[in-house]
Amino acid sequence: MLNYDLAVIGGGPAGMAAALEAKENGVEKIIILERAAVLGGILEQCIHAGFGLHYFKEELSGPEYAHRFIELVEKTDIDVKVDTMVLTIEDNNIITATNNTDGLIQIKAKAIILAMGCRERPRGAINIAGSRCSGIMTAGTAQKYVNIDGYMPGHKIVILGSGDIGLIMARRMSLEGAKVQMVCELQPYSNGLTRNIVQCLDDMGIPLKLSCTVVAAHGKERLEGVTIADVDERLCPIPGTEKFVECDTLLLSIGLIPENELTRMAGISLDRITNGAVVDEYRQTEREGIFACGNVLQVHDLVDYVTIESKLAGKGAAKYIKGESFGGDYVETKGTDGVRYIVPQKINRDTDCDVNLYFRVGSVYKGAKLVVKCGDNVIMTKKRPRMCPSEMETVTIKKDIISSLPDGEALTVSVEE
Amino acid sequence: MQFDVAVIGAGVTGALTARELSRYSLKVALLEKCSDVAMGATRANSAIVHAGFDAANGTLKAKFNVEGTALMPSVCEELNVPYKNIGSLVVAYSEKEVETLDILYHRGYKNGVPDMKVLNRRELKELEPGISDSALAALWAPTAGIVCPYELTIAACNNAAVNGTQVLRECEVKSIADDGEYFTLETTKGEIRAKYIVNAAGVHSDDVARMIGDDSFNIIPRKGEYYLLDKCESEKLSHILFKCPSEMGKGILLTPTVDGNVLAGPTSVDIDDKDDVDTTQEGLAMVSANACKAIPSISLRSAITSFSGIRAHTDREENDFIIGPSEKNGRFINAAGIESPGLSSAPAIGKYLADLVAKLTGAEKKQDFDPVRPAPVRFREMDTEQRKALIEKDKRYGRIICRCETVTEGEILDAIHSPVGAVDMDGVKRRTRAGMGRCQSGFCGSKVVEILARELGKDINEITKFGGKSCIVYERTK
Ligand SMILES: Cc1cc2nc3c(=O)[nH]c(=O)nc-3n(C[C@H](O)[C@H](O)[C@H](O)COP(=O)(O)OP(=O)(O)OC[C@H]3O[C@@H](n4cnc5c(N)ncnc54)[C@H](O)[C@@H]3O)c2cc1C
Ligand SMILES: Cc1cc2nc3c(=O)[nH]c(=O)nc-3n(C[C@H](O)[C@H](O)[C@H](O)COP(=O)(O)OP(=O)(O)OC[C@H]3O[C@@H](n4cnc5c(N)ncnc54)[C@H](O)[C@@H]3O)c2cc1C
Repeated sequence: MLNYDLAVIGGGPAGMAAALEAKENGVEKIIILERAAVLGGILEQCIHAGFGLHYFKEELSGPEYAHRFIELVEKTDIDVKVDTMVLTIEDNNIITATNNTDGLIQIKAKAIILAMGCRERPRGAINIAGSRCSGIMTAGTAQKYVNIDGYMPGHKIVILGSGDIGLIMARRMSLEGAKVQMVCELQPYSNGLTRNIVQCLDDMGIPLKLSCTVVAAHGKERLEGVTIADVDERLCPIPGTEKFVECDTLLLSIGLIPENELTRMAGISLDRITNGAVVDEYRQTEREGIFACGNVLQVHDLVDYVTIESKLAGKGAAKYIKGESFGGDYVETKGTDGVRYIVPQKINRDTDCDVNLYFRVGSVYKGAKLVVKCGDNVIMTKKRPRMCPSEMETVTIKKDIISSLPDGEALTVSVEE
Repeated sequence: MQFDVAVIGAGVTGALTARELSRYSLKVALLEKCSDVAMGATRANSAIVHAGFDAANGTLKAKFNVEGTALMPSVCEELNVPYKNIGSLVVAYSEKEVETLDILYHRGYKNGVPDMKVLNRRELKELEPGISDSALAALWAPTAGIVCPYELTIAACNNAAVNGTQVLRECEVKSIADDGEYFTLETTKGEIRAKYIVNAAGVHSDDVARMIGDDSFNIIPRKGEYYLLDKCESEKLSHILFKCPSEMGKGILLTPTVDGNVLAGPTSVDIDDKDDVDTTQEGLAMVSANACKAIPSISLRSAITSFSGIRAHTDREENDFIIGPSEKNGRFINAAGIESPGLSSAPAIGKYLADLVAKLTGAEKKQDFDPVRPAPVRFREMDTEQRKALIEKDKRYGRIICRCETVTEGEILDAIHSPVGAVDMDGVKRRTRAGMGRCQSGFCGSKVVEILARELGKDINEITKFGGKSCIVYERTK
């Protein structure tokens, strides 16, 4: 059994930032456990630019962003085990992991940070009828084939889902000489960042079809085409609108699911909307000493926000390890009227920091207001020229406001038009 | 290549027949047109070992079902294939259906199905607490069970191979000539000669029979579609749950699978193209609309994939299996029209056919037949101590490739290097479950491709999903 003050599961941007922040806050023995062969998480395959504009104020590629953190980690005495998969977290904070050099390892840690990231929703999650042929894959898988392995995943491509990964792959595949027939999006709006729509589709002349989905895949061995159809307001395909589109590859960019198997195994309850753990302002879960940050907690649009969130978790873990905890009296937060969820879900009433609430709205709003309330008491309102589900929103609540909130009332955020 | 017996088709019927034949001092070949075994109906069905009350009294279906179901536990034990004797319930929701239970009970009784019982509402609720409140009664058949059909077939092929059978894949029989002693089979792997033929070609068994001039039956392909649900649903039911059969057939059922998922389906629609295993919007909608009646808390939103299988239904009036020497040629033995309960019956059909061929040829049993297929390593089922010991022996079991199903590199290597080893992604998936979990190979797919390429000495763009043109990637990027 190895003993550590802090064990971080996942060596993506979240895990690295959290470990570094904990180190800076005086935690001594730290280990990062990463299942892949290298640190960096999903960033290792995102070779396009667009990372770090907020955090480093310069435009970096995914691997560049990751390498800034990898270098920092290397300069510390943080232990890193790559190619190491964590299998379980037991009651007394004992982690079991495995790799092919040490075999089965058990680690006891005072605190644990969960930073396992997320994975892409597969075909089964949306039930496209038709063939089980090859040529249907998630955009992230295709990204790995083309960027890391150096192979063409397809020549004639339809992309389902206009999330950022889909948009970025549309451009990537076009630049590699493939023909991207179209990007289909179920919703009447795109789920990607505006800058990605402009740079990845408009500039490349790739059509974006809104309110449209793929209903069937065709092909005996390799994909030969898909049937697309328009959808109604309830997002159901409209009979009679089906069209055949020839392609040998269908890339799915239909959302990400936080990878919370371990969280669930540890008996930590999940938020039904975020699919991530319920946490406080330092990202501590309901199990004392277990923290969560990054995409495993909520799907972020930008890695910069992942970094910011993970530093909170690192700081929180350091406080916990040093025995500095709060009274355990919480103010709950709740999204209502157009706000789908809020992270953190609860805040220590006697917290020592101002708290940013992160959340997403349920549809596109123009010129609406965000209203923060406690009971009937309006705490602040913020005008927003445009809000959409694909861009995470945030408001900051000062710590003295938090401590002055009445007992038993939740802090709510809503949209008013 | 010259053999005593050529078995055409490596589904569960052909595989178990070949394995039984390999008990005898006979030179046996098992010929399969696909890139792997278990690619026909055997790959996509309800995976139920039926108790045996469905088939009409006196039919081959009834006989082989009851016998096969009785043999299944021991066959699965020898081959180390997961089998669970969980029992089945036919649930009645109306008085009329309650009467049907009685008919089924009596039919089953005459077929020789042991220990059935009609349960009242309270007993039913006790046995299956999640059952719908509208359920009135049920027929309980404790001998029914579940099995993994493709693992059974793969295991049988491996065991047959170890006992001397030549398993030839990508070997499609195109035509057959007969000189009175030897058949000459024209195949995609060249000419093969055999004294006897067992026709276990599934939906194509009529086409193969026609190759020797037997046109006494036609196969009408009948599609059945399914949803496969996430493991999180599995705690909601513990038995096989049928609806009462009606003129529309057996209807949509719900069943746990041996791997801990839940299966909902199948539909039943006659189609034209025997190889059309596409799922359809209508079919899946039909499953959705009907599946949750028995257990209202089941959610089809937890579906992780859908698939369909084709039943080899014959156009003969008696609606039975066609098993035995063809009337056109006594050395050509049909195992045709093997629709449900074909999986349940396979152990008995295999034994029957092997004994028949042995009698015709006068072959003796071999002394050195080894009935055991060693249990493959299943890392996910081990406890910490077992895992530790395993990795200490071989470090490659320490590297997890499929995270959803916790499959290690060592297991994938075992699957590739077994006697009838995996040659493509679906082959690895069926042998190890890598890629069968929640993310459906989103994460491990590219790693499996890499391992296959490395182990088979191929480039990764030569690796396919299931043979033919089903490549995963194309040429290198510039
Ligand atoms: C394809 C794609 C394109 C993107 N494009 C942009 C962009 O243009 N700009 C931008 O700012 N952001 C972008 N993002 C978002 C950003 O990259 C992510 O938000 C960020 O990488 C999330 O960091 P993370 O550390 O939470 O997760 P990840 O980067 O996914 O890291 C999690 C790590 O945990 C490891 N892990 C998981 N489970 C275990 C276990 N049981 N044991 C051991 N290790 C485990 C994983 O291997 C992984 O390395 C993109 C994301 C994706 C997926
Ligand atoms: C929807 C559905 C649900 C079912 N549910 C159940 C159930 O719950 N319980 C049960 O007991 N049974 C069930 N069955 C029936 C069971 O699946 C089948 O009876 C059984 O799998 C048939 O196996 P087989 O080996 O005869 O045919 P197949 O598995 O179809 O194998 C035939 C093989 O022959 C090969 N072949 C064909 N032509 C040639 C050629 N010319 N040359 C070489 N090879 C050839 C094919 O490629 C194929 O691999 C179900 C069937 C379906 C379709």
